[in-house]
Amino acid sequence: MDKPANQLQKQGIRIEGLKKRYGEGDTAVDALKGVDMQVAPGEVVGLVGPSGSGKTTMLKCLGAVIEPTAGRMTLASEVIYDERWKISDLRALRRDKIGFVFQAPYLIPFLDVTDNVAILPMLAGRPNGEARKRALELLEALDIAHRARAMPSQLSGGEQQRVSIARALVNRPPVILADEPTAPLDSERALAVMRILNQMARQYETAIIIVTHDEKIIPTFKRIYRIRDGRTEEEAGEGRSLQ
Amino acid sequence: MISLAGRDILHSLEKFVLTGVGLGLLIGVTLTMAGVYRGMVDDAEVLLDNSGTDLWVVQKDTLGPYAEPSSLEDDTWRGIRAMPGVADAADVTYLTMQVQGIEPTGLRDVRSMVVGIAPGAPGTPGWPPYLIAGRQITHSHYEVVADIASGFRLGEQVQIRRERYTVVGLTRRLVSSSGDPMVFIPLKDAQQAQFLKDNDAIVRNRARTAGNPALNRPGVPGLLDAVIASQSTNPYVNAVLVQITPGYTPDEVAASIRRWKRLTVYTRAQMEDILVKKLIATASKQIGMFLVILALVSAAIVAFIIYTLTLGKIREIAVLKLIGTTNRTIAAMIMQQAVGLGLIGFLVGKIAATFWGPFFPRYVLLEPADTARGFAIVVVICVLASLLAIRAALKVDPAEAIGG
Repeated sequence: MDKPANQLQKQGIRIEGLKKRYGEGDTAVDALKGVDMQVAPGEVVGLVGPSGSGKTTMLKCLGAVIEPTAGRMTLASEVIYDERWKISDLRALRRDKIGFVFQAPYLIPFLDVTDNVAILPMLAGRPNGEARKRALELLEALDIAHRARAMPSQLSGGEQQRVSIARALVNRPPVILADEPTAPLDSERALAVMRILNQMARQYETAIIIVTHDEKIIPTFKRIYRIRDGRTEEEAGEGRSLQ
Repeated sequence: MISLAGRDILHSLEKFVLTGVGLGLLIGVTLTMAGVYRGMVDDAEVLLDNSGTDLWVVQKDTLGPYAEPSSLEDDTWRGIRAMPGVADAADVTYLTMQVQGIEPTGLRDVRSMVVGIAPGAPGTPGWPPYLIAGRQITHSHYEVVADIASGFRLGEQVQIRRERYTVVGLTRRLVSSSGDPMVFIPLKDAQQAQFLKDNDAIVRNRARTAGNPALNRPGVPGLLDAVIASQSTNPYVNAVLVQITPGYTPDEVAASIRRWKRLTVYTRAQMEDILVKKLIATASKQIGMFLVILALVSAAIVAFIIYTLTLGKIREIAVLKLIGTTNRTIAAMIMQQAVGLGLIGFLVGKIAATFWGPFFPRYVLLEPADTARGFAIVVVICVLASLLAIRAALKVDPAEAIGG
């Protein structure tokens, strides 16, 4: 935890043979049948696939929200799962090493923009002043600092999504998991969000996995993991320019 | 760490305050009910304190004069007055009845406890210990000192049974254990008021007595007149109030009176016991039941509001859990909100009870200790009421924040 962030993030995230089975016996369903994936720091990859293909299950496994059945996950050089969780405090793992961006921003409605972002470092035990300073820096970087005192209900959809990106980044996690972050946005705003995510990935050397079937943004990925029947296939993306 | 509960309350301040005001009115009613009970006990104690009495001598084997009827001959006090340890003794009568105000405020009935006090001076047992206006009774008949709660004014004419009296003095905080204001009149008037019948009844009674051959013997002139005379006077009082000489204990003087006069005697502690544990026992149980019901209703309201508010935040709670918020933080947030609601409610309730207390017909005594106890109970109720919502929040799966 005390190592410099950049050093921690060198390895990004690596997944090998990840499996997830729901239920037992005749009713068992194999949602993931041996998924492999590797995302380097600063890289943004797409995880695409039809409904029911296992995207959400994979995201939940990567987010340490549900336990995989088998496989191995390494996050920033640290093995977090190898047939069983290797980390005892998954809550702290999610707080400190994984950032989440959701389809809807899910900001805390009773906290202003700054505290919506600062709450993560605060939860990690950082002093309020330091947490807010860090939040404001990110809001500045995301060009939303002028709305720092606004409540979520006073923001537009795009502004809310930028705040949720700031929240995901504020603890400098090695990986960010984004679940359909552009789904509710029009093309222009969706591309703007993708620009921000790519810029932030480079700036903070964060590996970003974006689950999507949003046709507007799929062409912007340089690398895509296509998930089908619980297995992933890696393919090159168009890498269309976001400028 | 910022206070999530505080921020949520500020964010939904209007909803919280309105709910808190509603809860506060309920808490105000609860505090008032407790105040009514305390007022009843205090009235009873003030009744005893202000009688200026150490011992109550009553009819043998009765709980008189307040809890049961008691009747003693009106010369009993003389023998008691002469006993060792007795500094003073005086007759007293108590009669709860309607006293009619006549002038200048017009006709109106006031439920009152009419107290017949023996001739004497201020300090005589049974006399009102202090006045707030006017003077004590100085004439043998037709003067009244009334508690201010009766609404009577100085100089007002009041009617008790067939006689008219003038209010010459006003006193305060002298009420019966039922909360009726006391009206002091001379003893002889009170004795007459207790037994004096209307003219028709007197005529009928005389005819009945005259028709009784045993009481109207032709060979015994004057017998009938003597019997009728005895029937038209009332030589009874309800109790003898005794002040003891310094140096004697109430118990030893009481024991002496019991032994030699064969009467029942109560000390201050025993009389307080009768008033509090017997006379107002049913009322206090009833108030106790109301307090329990009101506490349950308050708990149900807090539980419902907090549970509803929590259910409205399920997605936010899932996100909070996903990003690493501990269960303890979430539970504390909900509990603090419940306690916050209780605090608003308690504040409103205390203000409401203080404001409307004086308008109650009975004395409402809001004791600081009851307020402190009430506050503690409100906090405990709020904490307990929040458990349901906390349980719901802790069951929220952080995975709910991700995907479908």
